[in-house]
Formats: sequence, C-alpha cells, structure tokens
Amino acid sequence: MTFADWLSEPVNWVYLAIGAAVVASAFRVVTSQNVVHAALYLVATLAGTAGLFLMMSAEFVAWTLVLVYIGAVIVLFLFGIMITRAPLNVEPGLDNPKARPLAAVVSLSLFVLLAYTSLQAFGSDQLTDVGTPTDTVTLAESLIGRFVLPFEIVGFVLLAALVGGITIARRDLTPLEEEERGAV
Amino acid sequence: MEALLDNFWVVLLGKVVIIATLIPVAGLAVGFAELKLSAKMQNRVGPYFAGGRWGWAQLLADGIKFFQKEDLIPEDADEPVFKFAPALVLLGTVALFVVVPFGPGLIVQDLDIGIFYALAISSVSTIGVLMAGWSSANKYSLIGGLRAAGQLIAYELPLVLATVGVVVMAGTMSLDGIVQAQAGWFSETGWTGGMPFVIPQLIGFGIFFIAALAELTRTPFDMPIAESELVMGYLTEYSGFRFLFFFLAEFSNMFTLSAIAATLFLGGYWAPFVPDDVLQWAGPIILIAKVAVLVFIIIWFRWTFPRLREDQLQTLAWKFLIPLALLNIVATAILKVVI
Repeated sequence: MTFADWLSEPVNWVYLAIGAAVVASAFRVVTSQNVVHAALYLVATLAGTAGLFLMMSAEFVAWTLVLVYIGAVIVLFLFGIMITRAPLNVEPGLDNPKARPLAAVVSLSLFVLLAYTSLQAFGSDQLTDVGTPTDTVTLAESLIGRFVLPFEIVGFVLLAALVGGITIARRDLTPLEEEERGAV
Repeated sequence: MEALLDNFWVVLLGKVVIIATLIPVAGLAVGFAELKLSAKMQNRVGPYFAGGRWGWAQLLADGIKFFQKEDLIPEDADEPVFKFAPALVLLGTVALFVVVPFGPGLIVQDLDIGIFYALAISSVSTIGVLMAGWSSANKYSLIGGLRAAGQLIAYELPLVLATVGVVVMAGTMSLDGIVQAQAGWFSETGWTGGMPFVIPQLIGFGIFFIAALAELTRTPFDMPIAESELVMGYLTEYSGFRFLFFFLAEFSNMFTLSAIAATLFLGGYWAPFVPDDVLQWAGPIILIAKVAVLVFIIIWFRWTFPRLREDQLQTLAWKFLIPLALLNIVATAILKVVI
C-alpha cells in the first residue's frame, strides 16, 4: 500500500488529526512554564490517546484511561499542585536547560525501545475486526484465565506500592502530639 | 425514509439534536421542580408571575437574563482555562445521556461497557471544577475547587464499587442488559414479574445514592459551594452564560444520575407485569416517573439535613461507605456462585 492509498481513506485522516493533537499537547506538557497548564495539556494528551484506542476498537482500555488517568491521577496531580502552590503566572524556573541533554537521551532511548519491541512483536500485522469492540466477557476471561499470573503479580506490586506510600507519608506522632490528639 | 435511517451520519445528527434539546429541557424541569418544591417545604409560593400559571416560565426568563449579561472575566484570571472550564463540566454531563436506555431500543448507543463508560465520562467534570476554581484567581474559588475535587475523588470510589454488585448480578455492564436482567429474573421458575435489583442490592442502592448526592455536591454534601463560608465556591467569579452552563450541568446531572440509579436498581424503563408491547411506548414514561421520585428525594434531602463538615464528609466515604461497598461486592459474588 502506498502512502497515497493510505491517505485516501478518511479514517486515516482522523488518525492523523488525533495523533497530531496528541503530539502537540505532549510537547506543550514539557514546554509549558505553568504547572497547571502542563497538567491540563497532559489531560489533552491522555484524551487523544483514549481516542486512538477507541479507533482500534479497544473500548475498555480507552475508558479505563479516562477513568483512571484523567478522572483520578490527573485530578490528584492538580489537587496536589493547588494545595501546595498554584501560581497563575508563568514560572521561569520550570524550564531547566541543563537537564535537556539528559532528557533527550532518556526520551530517545525510550522511544527506540518501544518502537523496536512493538515492531518485533507485531511487525506489519493488521488489526482484524476493527469496529467490533471486544466484549467484556472475552476480555475478563483472558485476564483471569490466560494472563492470570501477570495480573496477580501486578496486583501484588501495586499493593506493595500502596503500603510503601502510606508508610512514607505517615509520620508517627510523638507522645506529646498523641496526647493533644486524644484531648481534642 | 428507510434509506435515510440507514445513513450513519443522518442518524448521528438526529441523535445529537435530540440530546441537545433533551438536556436543557430536563435541566429546566428539574430546576423548576427545585424552585417549587423548596417553596412548598418553606411554606412559600415560589415563582408565580412568569408565564401565567405557576410561574412555569421562571427559569426560561432566568436563562434569557443570563444570556444578556456581560461575560465578565476577572482581570487576574487565567483566561483560556477560565473560559473552557464550564464547557468541560457540561461535557461530562451531556456525554452521560449516551448510555441511558429510555425504552426498548430507545438508547443513543448501547455500549457493551455502558456503566463503565458512564462512570469514566462523569469523572471528567472534576477536572472542569478544578480548572474553574484555580483559574478564577480568587481564594474562595480555589478552596471551593479543592473541596470539590477532594469530595469527588472520595465519593467516586463508593459510586463505582456500588455498581459492581449490580454488574455481578446482571452479568453485563450494558445498561440495557441490566434492565433485561431485572425483567427476566426468576424467569426459569415461570415468574414473569422479574425483580428490581434494589431488593437484593439495598445496601448497594443506599451507597450509590449517597455517593451520587456527593458527586452532585448537593446538600448535605455541598461543602464546595458552602455559601456561608465560601461565597459560592468555584462558581464565585462566574456570571452570565458561563454560570448558566454550570447551572444547567448541575440540574441535568441530577436527572442523568437519577436515571442511571433508576436503571441500575429500580428496573429502568421496565416495570413488573407490564407487557412488552406496552413497554415500547410506555418505557420513557416509566423511567421518567422513577427519575422524578429520585429527584424529589434529592430535593427533599436539601431541606432536611444540615451540611456535613469537611472531615465528617471524608470519614463517611473512606471509613464507612468504601468498606461497606467492598463487603457488599464480596457477599454478592459469593451468593452468585452459591445460588
């Protein structure tokens, strides 16, 4: 298939439009000099990614992205930013030119790694059955059946991270403070 | 006609137009009910003059008034974020209508993951609320936005967990499928009356209803816009049609969340012993009647319960509702396997 053929299908225009929006907003996430703006551009990036998943008929993944990342993770980001400091104007300190070479190396190697593994795994395979989303029963059966071990391991790691997070965040009270707490 | 109805774009346009008219109508109806019922509960008359009878045109007049107002943006505000926030809040509400079944086949799009989609898309509004609170450059707005976000995060979990019980019982996440499951319950014994899930899932219904009240930031969970301490919370700086957007989002959200609660727990458009051919046309009426009861209870709550304090609100969610919802899931799952 030539590029002209590929471009003649309207669905690929949608793909290009969403992809361009994702890349542009991802670029703004790192270049924006306002923390809240950066977080909001991240919302746009994630929404676009959810759109790309929808185009591949991966409904469940797309809406999980919306529920977990936009609805919870970004909300917690914004919550954390706003509860500590949320300047309305730009913060020049956010732009850190010294870190750019290192950041370039890290992001390039991540890109190469992901591109290589995806190409190795899928090559030029085409998605079959685009337009009919996988029903939840099939998805659940493969998750609890064939992929049950990775699923459980991920659950275990997340639990460990949760316990670790609580341990770090929670400071034990001194006896004096505990007395005050009790008196209230 | 047939050919026209087969065209995807024509059907899509039709659906968009229907939803775009339904949302203001539902919002106005709920808003008017609120005005009149509040008046009744306080022994007042309420709106009286606009429109000739019962003051039915009061909210239309209010809407026109809002449109005429100047679109004020505070000088220090972050303009693009400030302008976009109301649209995002309204989007979270409008998109909910997609999966609500109003009758057999009368649904915008019956998604296989219906309830999951509804919960995901409604969480987008939280971002809008935070954006509104932050971009207003006003400390009351910021505190209101933060309170709203803290509350919405806390109550989203019990809301999601309470629906899991229903999904386990019905064996599907499609809202239409959940209605069918309730209509067909006990059908193998020859019983045709079905069973609304509120009977086995009474605890789930209670949790869902409390969490939905909190998601709507309605009394007793209206800390984010507590007027005695925060002026109007994240809405303080908004006026004109941007305020109207928030207003419309709040009231149509009351309608949609009640519709989803009615679908999950009260049988949706189905009612016991109503034949299928009657359901074809009576479905929307049955659903709206159930929604009206729930909306009435929500308004009733407003004039019955005092506002919860912020720490009580968080304690209720994290220490009571979430553990209870988890127990409910465990019990439902065990019963599903045993019976």
